[in-house]
Amino acid sequence: MTEPLLQVRDLVVEFPTRRGTLRALDKVSLDIAPGEVLGVVGESGAGKSMTGAAIIGLLEPPGRIAGGSISLRGQRIDNLPAREMRKIRGKRIGAIFQDPLTTLNPLYTVGRQLAETMQTHLAIDAAEARRRAVGWLEAVGIPAAAERVDAYPHQFSGGMRQRVVIALALCAEPEMVVADEPTTALDVSIQAQVIALLKRLTREKGTSVMLITHDMGVIAETADRVAVMYAGRVAEIGPVRSVVKAAAHPYSAGLMASIPPLSHKVDVLAQIDGAMPRLNAIPQGCAYNPRCPHVFDRCRVERPELIPATETRAACWLFDSTAPRERAHV
Amino acid sequence: MGAVSRFLESDLFWSFRRTPTAVLSAIVAFVIVVGAVFAPWLAPYNPFDLASLDLMDAFNPPAFMPEGTAAHLIGTDDQGRDVLSAIMYGARVSLLVGVSATAFALILGVLVGLLAGYAGGAVDAVLMRIADVQLTFPNILIALLVDGVARAVLPREVHDEIAIYVVIVAIGISDWPRFARTVRGSALVERNKEYVLAARVIGISPARIMLTHVLPNVLGPLLVLATLNLGLAIVSEATLSFLGVGVPPTQPSLGTLIRIGNDFLFSGEWWITVFPGVALVAMVLSVNLLGDWLRDALNPRLR
Amino acid sequence: MPAFILSRILQAIPVMLAVALIAFALFAFVGDPIATMLGQEFTPAQRDALVAALGLDQPVPVQFLRFVGRALHGEFGLSYRLSRPVSDLILERAPATLELALCASVLALAIGMPMGVYTGLYPRSPLSRFFLTFSLVGVSLPTFLIGSLLILVFAVWLGWLPSFGRGDTVQLGWWSTGFLTASGWKALVLPSITLGLFQLTLIMRLVRSEMMEVLRSDYVKFARARGIRDRAINFGHALRNTLVPVITIVGLQLGSIIAFSIVTETVFQWPGMGLLFIQSVSSADIPVMAAYLLLISAVFVTINLVVDLLYYAVDPRLRAGRGH
Repeated sequence: MTEPLLQVRDLVVEFPTRRGTLRALDKVSLDIAPGEVLGVVGESGAGKSMTGAAIIGLLEPPGRIAGGSISLRGQRIDNLPAREMRKIRGKRIGAIFQDPLTTLNPLYTVGRQLAETMQTHLAIDAAEARRRAVGWLEAVGIPAAAERVDAYPHQFSGGMRQRVVIALALCAEPEMVVADEPTTALDVSIQAQVIALLKRLTREKGTSVMLITHDMGVIAETADRVAVMYAGRVAEIGPVRSVVKAAAHPYSAGLMASIPPLSHKVDVLAQIDGAMPRLNAIPQGCAYNPRCPHVFDRCRVERPELIPATETRAACWLFDSTAPRERAHV
Repeated sequence: MGAVSRFLESDLFWSFRRTPTAVLSAIVAFVIVVGAVFAPWLAPYNPFDLASLDLMDAFNPPAFMPEGTAAHLIGTDDQGRDVLSAIMYGARVSLLVGVSATAFALILGVLVGLLAGYAGGAVDAVLMRIADVQLTFPNILIALLVDGVARAVLPREVHDEIAIYVVIVAIGISDWPRFARTVRGSALVERNKEYVLAARVIGISPARIMLTHVLPNVLGPLLVLATLNLGLAIVSEATLSFLGVGVPPTQPSLGTLIRIGNDFLFSGEWWITVFPGVALVAMVLSVNLLGDWLRDALNPRLR
Repeated sequence: MPAFILSRILQAIPVMLAVALIAFALFAFVGDPIATMLGQEFTPAQRDALVAALGLDQPVPVQFLRFVGRALHGEFGLSYRLSRPVSDLILERAPATLELALCASVLALAIGMPMGVYTGLYPRSPLSRFFLTFSLVGVSLPTFLIGSLLILVFAVWLGWLPSFGRGDTVQLGWWSTGFLTASGWKALVLPSITLGLFQLTLIMRLVRSEMMEVLRSDYVKFARARGIRDRAINFGHALRNTLVPVITIVGLQLGSIIAFSIVTETVFQWPGMGLLFIQSVSSADIPVMAAYLLLISAVFVTINLVVDLLYYAVDPRLRAGRGH
């Protein structure tokens, strides 16, 4: 593997609350290679968006990074001063948010928002910024871009606005983009178009993508590798094909089995019993142990790290070759 | 006892103990309320007992000033009345009017709000339009108008006799719309819920549904509104009295005392005005701070 | 745009009519104008003549229409108390009130807005806490008390500024202004602070809470995610969006300054409309009360219209004709 573009190591994010400190992310580790699309999946509350927010340095207070590191091309960015981090946001790491209806400033034209972003990060004058703004609107498929550049966000449909958001995320030509549920708020009929656009543009520019979603269909089509998150931890990470076809971690396996296949008809979809624990009630050992069909004693005591499994890396004691397997029951 | 211990363990009390301003305000408010309510027993003098007034005592400065005497801790006014005693009796009137006016506004607002929210349609539109229009006018103007009309309608002797009730009604009428809006908003939401429809189907009267289901839902916001409104009402009363159209001079409130004292500002007898002013501000500020705290404590989004 | 403005004007008409109805009801049913105007001794003939002259023998709806017609021409009859035309009284007093209200508004806006922005941006800074405490005191201090304290300190103890009246005024046609003399300016200082302080704290608290709300919005977060400079986010994106709701409320607040001047004018014996009104309330001078009520309503309605126009200028969503 080439040197990773982004390296997250043992990232811990905590929220102080009046009933004690909550650990929202607990030793999350993942890498993204240049030009790679990493899908991040999991239930809501698993920590997907939190990981994205930590990477772009925009955790909601009082949340804070309490441990671990985030590096961009080998340079630590989790402890940068606010001024330095601001120069990285937009310029080196772009972001796409979930709801295009609320992410654009209603009082500025889309052209002004594009030009503002480019002029902040690139050494270009206003005329050049405007010319490029029109170019970006064309690139993301806005018809009559030369006129629409002076339109306000409310004059665009939801799908068109998300295209504008993509243009905004990419216009300063960042090395990677964090896309947090970029299609969830969109009409089903438009989701595929927007994902295809994102995929095409990032491939052309060689931009890496961290694609956060709970939609396995999107992941399967778009991602190169996928990280499965559960209760603030990475449960499994590996090539998308392996995770979809042959998930090693029992949780990923359950998650994949719950996706209705398009190829053939099934009578009953698999489902995982129980629910993800709340942050203040994560069990000792493996967070998944109360719901796991393969649980054994060690799972209830010792927390598993990511270890090589069949084709991926999984945080599961089933794949620990150094210790004897003492399965309670299978 | 169960209720008390439940209260002591509640989130509300927890937040109260954690907020020094709230505790301090509660203490100040408590002292003022006790001093006002029990004024006849606690006050050093009875400022209305003409027999005890001696003009020789007039314009005594506070005890900490060179010519002050310990007999009158914060001095006396032009009639020789003890300022501290006058403040305690005055706070009584201010509190009475403030609390009554707020209760009046609360009851009127809740009734109108329930009616508007439940009836909907034209009734709702008309009532809320009235509330909107009234809300755009400062409440002191409304109160002044009501007071002025009462003066024009009532014969002079009758008016003097019931002046305090006129003030209560005038302030109450000027403050009802905000209560009505809050209740109506909630009534509109609840009206269409399944359980209300179900209750209607089995023949429970609309009035009862409103009182047993809608009202409990808005108790929190109403409590906050009422607390903040109490501060406003006290200020309104003081303002009316200061303008000379509030409570009659025979029952001086803090506002009346400040107006009387104002005449002596230029001759240097500042204490006649300043101490009633301090009492008024302490009262209003503590009530407002409690209201602010209550609003934050009951609003889970800000926690 | 014309449709938008037209609908706003149409909405204002029923409000004005409702206020006119109240004013008319005061006129027609409260007190006895005949007895008040003629005094104790009068003959039936005198009485009938006056009744006819005032139109009191007409049916009530006709009387109301005539009342509205006269009001549109600025005629409100004679003051019971001063036996002079109400319109003359009000015209005499209006400049004093309007100049005072203008100074107070400028003061409230010029200081309240920046304080609100600052406390919204840095809610935890010590200066913000100080501003907030100050604002709470400002809201809790009754206007008349602020006036009294200012008089005590700056007029009685320090002797820097006058405690009552307008100082020397200059007559410009029917308008008497205090803006052209030094003593006029000096006389304006304390009343303006007294009148403006409450609105100042209100504007500050409003701007602060709106600012904090906008700073939490998705588009501000997205602007941060795009690496936009803090200054551009705070004073461009956030402040502009804050202005949309702030304009409405601030507009209404400035309108209420004119009504609030009643108290300030009493404290400083400022010869304006508010002082006239309070004297009318104490002596149940209905024509003056009715005229004042109508005038204040007209001011409010006008301000509302201006606010809508400003809205229209600030918010492109309205310009696109989508309404609100």
